[in-house]
Amino acid sequence: MTKLLKNGRQWVALICAGLTASLIVQPALSDENAELSIDGVEIVTKTAAPEDHPLDEILSGWRFRSVETQALQTDDFDNPGFTAVDYGAELWDTAEGSSGKSCASCHGAAEDSMKGLRASMPKWHEGEGTLMTLEDHINWSRKEHQGAEPWKWESSEMLAMTAYLGLQSRGMAVDVKVDGPAAEWFDKGKDLYYTRVGQLDMACSNCHEDNYGNMIRADHLSQGQINGFPTYRLKWQGLGSIHRRFSGCMKNIRAVPYKRGSDEFTALELYLAWRGAGLSVETPAVRQ
Amino acid sequence: MTKSLIYSLAVATMTFGLTAQAGTVAPDTVEIVDMEVKASLTGAAGDPGAGRETFADRKKGNCLACHANADLSEQLFHGEVGPELNGAADRWSAEQLRAIVINSKEVFGDQTIMPGFYTTDLGVRVTDKFQGKTILSAQEVEDVVAYLLTLKEN
Ligand code: HEC
Ligand code: HEC
Repeated sequence: MTKLLKNGRQWVALICAGLTASLIVQPALSDENAELSIDGVEIVTKTAAPEDHPLDEILSGWRFRSVETQALQTDDFDNPGFTAVDYGAELWDTAEGSSGKSCASCHGAAEDSMKGLRASMPKWHEGEGTLMTLEDHINWSRKEHQGAEPWKWESSEMLAMTAYLGLQSRGMAVDVKVDGPAAEWFDKGKDLYYTRVGQLDMACSNCHEDNYGNMIRADHLSQGQINGFPTYRLKWQGLGSIHRRFSGCMKNIRAVPYKRGSDEFTALELYLAWRGAGLSVETPAVRQ
Repeated sequence: MTKSLIYSLAVATMTFGLTAQAGTVAPDTVEIVDMEVKASLTGAAGDPGAGRETFADRKKGNCLACHANADLSEQLFHGEVGPELNGAADRWSAEQLRAIVINSKEVFGDQTIMPGFYTTDLGVRVTDKFQGKTILSAQEVEDVVAYLLTLKEN
């Protein structure tokens, strides 16, 4: 039991404590038919895949989580990600950098100006001539508009701001542009998705395309969708970025991860966003 | 980029070498013919008791991640990515089981998710710590094979 707790499987351990050890015990399974609605807003967690899509149907990671974890996301008062959202709202109104301006000085209410942004990320930036994630856009605006230092990728400020901005798109369908200058990035991301890495010699597709729905030891494999990020993970005891999750999956298969914010992870992010097209943005989601 | 990675990986493998113990078949010289590896990698029989532990150990075989196995019912959480291994010895010979554990791709095809436990044919960007190393040693492979041979239903 102590070992289980150390592994960060508190939930599973607690649930299993009451069961006899002589059985091949499976952890508490999710209710795969449950529907998600938050404060009366319907969240699409299952949608038909378009014809050229590798999956038959597109499913949010929420569907694969235990009933207890699922419940945490149905009410913003229970959702532990909201501490960071509140901090993000505070940062939105805080003057910073040589301009002495806050985000709000230029953009007004985030509820209006930032609505829909998360759902379209990552996207091509005309000025910089490159594909940019939400984190990149935030740091670009800090530099260009505020004259402020960039935030580190996994800093509490960046996580708070991406959570706060992401929330403004909650319930909206993920819809990224993959044509034009983004096409090259899309192809690269797809390539990375199917490339076997690490000593365990696995590609993302082995787990998240070929085996979603199956248990891999105590973990219920999902499609590895990114519509809920930054996500509050019970194991992390905090929010984490999309690129942190990619990094974790690569380390688990004994591969050297790419850097957060690298072209590789940005390309992979675009490809994964496309694989989840039509799912609602769930930011901030809760996962084990 | 990928090409240069594969190249540096190849060099690393050659330099640090996979120096086999005397009498042990090195991973890059194992011969898998008709989905079989005929002889023991170490020249000796494996120890089924040790194999049972290697099978369950998350840092070694971690076979339970993907396979349910009634013989290890005292362990929590058996995966369902691969078939249940109850009765595996009724379905496969020792030579076939050895080939499956050494490099499952030679038996199930390139698309299988099951890792090769004694092969140098790995993915790109292997973590430094594991470069040029196989997941299991020759002895551990033989122990696991000996253990699998005890999984009989008939
Ligand atoms: C050995 C199996 C395995 C491989 C290979 C793997 N993952 Fe995962 N991944 C998991 C597990 C287990 C989880 C946690 C449960 C779940 O959501 O599937 C997870 C979760 C995720 C999530 C979070 C999903 C959510 O709803 O919060 C994303 C995103 C993800 N993986 C992306 C990737 C990418 C990209 C790759 C390839 C670089 C990859 N994974 C490779 C096992 C794997
Ligand atoms: C990441 C998943 C995974 C891991 C880890 C894994 N396997 Fe497998 N194994 C599979 C899959 C999947 C198959 C079925 C073949 C296929 O579909 O590719 C399989 C098939 C087998 C078979 C043939 C089963 C039958 O009856 O047809 C044996 C024996 C086997 N594995 C043994 C092992 C042993 C021993 C280990 C650990 C040292 C192990 N496996 C680790 C996924 C895995």
